[in-house]
Amino acid sequence: MRSYEYYKPQTMQEAVGLMDRLEDAKFIAGGTDVMVLLRQKKLALKNLISLRNIGDLVYIDKKDGLKIGSATTHTEIVKDEFIKRFYSALNDATTHLGSRQIRNVATVGGNICNAAPSADTACPLLVLDAKVIIVGQKGEREVDIDDFFLGPNKIALERGEIVKGFHMPQFGDNTGSAYIKHTRRQAMDLPMIGIGARITIKIGKSEVRCRDALCTIDTISNVLARLQDEELEIEDARIAMGVVAPRPIRAKQAEAALKGKVVSEKLFREIGEIAATEAQPRDSIRGEAWYRKEMVKVLVRRALMRSIDRVIRPDDTIYPERLW
Amino acid sequence: MKKAITFTLNNEVIETEVDPKWTLLYLLREVLEMTGTKEGCGYGECGACTVIINGQAVDSCLYPVMEAEGRKITTIEGIMLKSGELDPIQQALVQNGAVQCGFCTPGMVMSAKALLDEKERPTEDDIKDSIAGNLCRCTGYVNIVDAIKSVAGGR
Ligand SMILES: Cc1cc2nc3c(=O)[nH]c(=O)nc-3n(C[C@H](O)[C@H](O)[C@H](O)COP(=O)(O)OP(=O)(O)OC[C@H]3O[C@@H](n4cnc5c(N)ncnc54)[C@H](O)[C@@H]3O)c2cc1C
Ligand code: FES
Ligand code: FES
Repeated sequence: MRSYEYYKPQTMQEAVGLMDRLEDAKFIAGGTDVMVLLRQKKLALKNLISLRNIGDLVYIDKKDGLKIGSATTHTEIVKDEFIKRFYSALNDATTHLGSRQIRNVATVGGNICNAAPSADTACPLLVLDAKVIIVGQKGEREVDIDDFFLGPNKIALERGEIVKGFHMPQFGDNTGSAYIKHTRRQAMDLPMIGIGARITIKIGKSEVRCRDALCTIDTISNVLARLQDEELEIEDARIAMGVVAPRPIRAKQAEAALKGKVVSEKLFREIGEIAATEAQPRDSIRGEAWYRKEMVKVLVRRALMRSIDRVIRPDDTIYPERLW
Repeated sequence: MKKAITFTLNNEVIETEVDPKWTLLYLLREVLEMTGTKEGCGYGECGACTVIINGQAVDSCLYPVMEAEGRKITTIEGIMLKSGELDPIQQALVQNGAVQCGFCTPGMVMSAKALLDEKERPTEDDIKDSIAGNLCRCTGYVNIVDAIKSVAGGR
């Protein structure tokens, strides 16, 4: 392996300054992507600038929404009960990302900036309307996460800029979200498809909690069938898909078709079909294109069901493994 | 160019010169000659190189050596009890027939130790999750999970 210098700045400004000054340099956070590339000799550089010792990049702030520092590790996100309850899709994604050893060092900023089409935290951040906070020599700017991904390993970051964090709006009890990672193995596998969803129900019209005694044990399909006359109206919805395009994408036609509609299983089935027309998966060793497309239909429907489930019975479905 | 770093290794302060391109695993095995920590894949997939850094299980094959500075690192060599006996996790692995070729064992022990240090009474799911990043070609995992369970239940 070629030799390189290793810098350990203590502040963001110092890190940005180093990047500006040094040639052939790269940031390294948890290093679980960078170190692999270096060791496989797919990457050669002269300077590594470590973000691991910058305290200002590690935060989980819950005032007015959710703000997560880019160097926050997946383990810290998994452990946070508030994220699990109100930003569930992010908990789903980080819980099943890599192994414990990987999650203990790998960061959400690294996952997003590496910008693999399979990056597990990408779909959750897309459905949770995250803004990417970017810091450079000239100050701070904000980009919608949907405009941040440009292609495989390509992001909207200028040379010398650093991602400070991801800021998300506040969601209340009327919002549920989910991320489903479809893999061949239960652990240590990248998704062959990743689907994120969020549903926000219009408040005021009807009671959104399921209070009937069967609620805790019944399937969500049955619960929805019984709740039909409650007419749960969808105020806002998001669907994001990973590994179906060169970058993680939103299924915008499917999202539009959800807006203002009344929740039903039939609606979710139709939405799955629409989302599949927006997916352009390819054949790969992880799965063939036709199979991926079929699975988009199933998983979009399932992610929507899980999202609404988390709205109607949050206490029971907060531990989703039990029910799905 | 070599750089001097200082860190705590198995409760002993170490000062040493390192090349910034080294991984922590390289320093441990090739320089300090502490070969208890194994190298399997070198890419974060197998967990044979697992050590505990500031209380957390980490793959040392992906850990830049420069980040060891100021941190507290424990390897398989450092978990023997003061009396000179094996750690309870090691004893349980022996008693449960959970060691065959033994190549994965140091990593398994470190992953299990990080879990048990953090959670006194882990569930079976916690145990499986804690070793999901540790590959074992020999045992089929059942005896390993049983061994860790016996330690968790037995205290
Ligand atoms: C065994 C193994 C299993 C894995 N499993 C999964 C999985 O299941 N799902 C998944 O999505 N990924 C997986 N990964 C990939 C990787 O662990 C994740 O992408 C991880 O989140 C990367 O974070 P990091 O901090 O380690 O990134 P690093 O390797 O440190 O950095 C990645 C990239 O982001 C840049 N970068 C990092 N932080 C910033 C910042 N703040 N500003 C600007 N640029 C920045 C770096 O320059 C680099 O280009 C796996 C990796 C391994 C080795
Ligand atoms: S050698 Fe480090 S994970 Fe395999
Ligand atoms: S005992 Fe041989 S690899 Fe686990």
